[in-house]
Amino acid sequence: MSITKVTQHPTQNEGLIFERSHGGRIGYRLPKLDVPVTDDILPAELRRDDDLDGVPEVSEVDVVRHFTRISTWNYSIDLGMYPLGSCTMKYNSRLNEKVARIGGFAGLHPLAPAEETQGALELIYRLQEDLCEITGLAGISLQPAAGAQGEMTGVMLIRAFLDQRDGEASKDRRVMLIPDSAHGTNPASAAVAGFSVKTIRSTAEGLTNMDHLHELCNEGGVAGLMLTNPNTVGIFETNIREICDTIHAAGGLVYMDGANMNALVGIARPGDMGVDVIHLNLHKTFSTPHGGGGPGCGPCLCSAELAPFLPTPRVEAETRPVRSVPQASYRLNYDYPHSIGRVKAFFGNFGMMVRALSYIYTHGAEGLKEATEAAVLNARYVSNKLSETYDKPYESDCMHEAIFSHKKQSKKGVVTLDIAKRLIDYGFHPMTVYFPLVVEGAMLIEPTESVGRADLDAFIEAMINIDREAQENPQLVIDAPHSTRIGRLDEATAARKPVLRWRTDMEATAKSA
Amino acid sequence: MRYIPNSPEERDEMLAVVGLNSADELFRSIPSGVQLNRALKITEPLAESEVIAAMEAMAAKNTAATKTSFLGAGVYSHFSPTIVDHLIQRSEFFTSYTPYQPEISQGTLQYIFEFQTLVCQLTGMEVANASMYDGSTAMAEAYLMAQRVTRRNKIVVATSVHPEYREVARTYTQHGEAEIVSIPFDEQTGRVADLSALDDKTAALVVQSPNFLGCVEDLTALADAAHAVGALFVVVVTEAISFGLLKSPGACGADIVVGEGQSWGVPMGFGGPHVGLFATQEKFVRQMPGRLCGVAYDKNGNRGFVLTLSTREQHIRREKATSNICTNQGLIALAATIYMETMGKKGLQEVAMQNAQKAAYAAKQIAGIDGFEITFSSPKFNEFVVRGPVSAIEILENVRTHNNIIGGLALSKYYTGRDNDFLVCVTETNTREQIDALVTALSGL
Repeated sequence: MSITKVTQHPTQNEGLIFERSHGGRIGYRLPKLDVPVTDDILPAELRRDDDLDGVPEVSEVDVVRHFTRISTWNYSIDLGMYPLGSCTMKYNSRLNEKVARIGGFAGLHPLAPAEETQGALELIYRLQEDLCEITGLAGISLQPAAGAQGEMTGVMLIRAFLDQRDGEASKDRRVMLIPDSAHGTNPASAAVAGFSVKTIRSTAEGLTNMDHLHELCNEGGVAGLMLTNPNTVGIFETNIREICDTIHAAGGLVYMDGANMNALVGIARPGDMGVDVIHLNLHKTFSTPHGGGGPGCGPCLCSAELAPFLPTPRVEAETRPVRSVPQASYRLNYDYPHSIGRVKAFFGNFGMMVRALSYIYTHGAEGLKEATEAAVLNARYVSNKLSETYDKPYESDCMHEAIFSHKKQSKKGVVTLDIAKRLIDYGFHPMTVYFPLVVEGAMLIEPTESVGRADLDAFIEAMINIDREAQENPQLVIDAPHSTRIGRLDEATAARKPVLRWRTDMEATAKSA
Repeated sequence: MRYIPNSPEERDEMLAVVGLNSADELFRSIPSGVQLNRALKITEPLAESEVIAAMEAMAAKNTAATKTSFLGAGVYSHFSPTIVDHLIQRSEFFTSYTPYQPEISQGTLQYIFEFQTLVCQLTGMEVANASMYDGSTAMAEAYLMAQRVTRRNKIVVATSVHPEYREVARTYTQHGEAEIVSIPFDEQTGRVADLSALDDKTAALVVQSPNFLGCVEDLTALADAAHAVGALFVVVVTEAISFGLLKSPGACGADIVVGEGQSWGVPMGFGGPHVGLFATQEKFVRQMPGRLCGVAYDKNGNRGFVLTLSTREQHIRREKATSNICTNQGLIALAATIYMETMGKKGLQEVAMQNAQKAAYAAKQIAGIDGFEITFSSPKFNEFVVRGPVSAIEILENVRTHNNIIGGLALSKYYTGRDNDFLVCVTETNTREQIDALVTALSGL
């Protein structure tokens, strides 16, 4: 596959803004200063004397063209299927964007008096209520900024609970059990809460190894378990009740990583499974945009038993009669002496909460369930259609994501990364690769509910074609992608000699390169 | 459901392909005992127009959003050029994932690289990361990094650092080895004064400038004091507009600069999402938390960008990672980047100067009111503390109910024994008319 490229194409060759800068160009206008000028407003030794050296000078048109051009170098959900396993790249509705920008939300200062921010507090409260119902858990904080922070909050709740329950003896209970298939954030978050990690093995069926779990519990010192369910190979942990009972019997608590809630909403609730604490990713399950890597929002939910330890302030409702008509009002309650403390300034990523509630309102109970069914059906369909072409490491029915390995293609020297890069040539974003670590050459495919049958069939056809290419002309796949503006980048050199910012001498190097 | 592309017929055909008769059968692996088997008790689906109406009804109750306001304290009202919000709404930016596949993510990677560069230029530092959740968590990460770099555990932090930032840092460090020692500010100047807590066990001296009370610290002297005991000097900045006027923390000797970039074109949004800044010196780069974007070349010598030095991060190092953070604030960092580039060198300087001038004017006018004084004597940027004749809560409540002005923040929210003090912030969005109205309101009490 070869395309003749127009090498001088301006959109394809947009430089860094610093390389576009030209002294004297202006992209802004402020109103004229309308107060008398105070001379010597700051002593000279406190003032900048570098004239903001290097900061670009460009016109508004330069900026708009710059960002519009570089935007075209990105793949995005609105272009097509984005089958990243574990990431839940579902449709981000424009409605959610619109409502988050309503002036009464976007222009609101977090420290304004509560009487004048009632609508924002009400929105937080309503979202809290809905998320509690969806997960079957009683306590909630929307403060965590992202999944990893929600996790950290969750394990800190466990730590606070154990410290209170066991007193001094809590120091002998510092082991967090984490499956070998877990997200890397799990052990990293456990470490922040002062836990050490023991790894639980998975079975050949892709489930938690119950014998190993019992063995680790018998070794003692177990503070808890961090479990993803459905797990990271996309399989529901059928023994979830027994797993929770085992941990509870050992004196520990169960934290569930809610990354995969898109397989469960409206169907089953972690609270009903025996889970004590969970985080959700509003940017996954509740469709707030991933935004090229953030912002997220990672609410932490927990049982009533753990609720006293949640971060403060908490948003609460009280109903009082106003002219004998009961009226709800909302308040911030800081009075939780056992709280683990704040995890973020103010109240969390409020703008993401607006979008998530808009998503819930749009779906309603029936729509949320329908979305879950569609997400699982899409993954099952892919799993089924590709099962003869790609190695399926587990027999069990998958939930919302399908996992394969490169076993059948690697014999020809074509590995997961090559398959992923070749998918780009077929117009798709690659799947999640080499995760989870328990499957060699893993390819984790999560279509989400936002893909229709026609697109799924096109994706499946692309995967089958790539396999054929791997068998017949492996080099074609190994050299992929062939259609992108830029080829595979030398990441090893980038890490060995990191260049992490633009400097004046870079332009010359770039041009000579 | 209009967000789901398949028709019921297509769904049934797909169910047949996978050998099932109904959608319920998709969930056979979930034991019936843990299935919900009832509808969730949440709303019926609403029409698009109904969602908008419900949201607008809630937003309308946020009356503070339309009032004249002099609130700052870590979140600032600044004008954001129209193109900022327009450009970040391009699908290619807001509906893309973390740029792990660089060949089809160069748009995101290039703006992260520009963001890192601009943060370095403004803070005066050598390297900056792709951003943190916000200023408060960035500061908590700075504590942890200072401990790693110095292999010491004592953190000396000024009480004039944003109180909510200090709370967050306490949460993050409560299960580690850190010993946090708070040092007071001088009653007269409002600056950090007593550095006797610094010793050879100190990992970092942490100060904010302009500090929570609006005072600009003498960073050079503080840097020298920290370095004299072998500690890192960590500077927190909550008002990023100040970089356009104030000497950069890097030029004053900072080892780590953390802060909040909300002022760069990001809506206040009831406190988030905002964007945390994290910058340091090149020699510490491998101890940094968070994502970093760097230059890389393809085999034809084309320049591109990749996420790099990821062996510091949780997905590789797991419990030994430099931080548990996984995301950055991608889209908000983009907004900040577009803001900085649109304002450019001249705009960042002019907007900073306007903030300082308007605040100076307001402070002068308020100081002239009988019974009112400016509490601290140090130089200020766009915030200052006012001491009134009676309780600040009472004053602010009066001004709010009688004059429809949110006059500032009563410091008693965070500090004891400061009942008559309130923090006033004046930005380029406050007109002289508004400032004069505040002065008239305070005079009329």
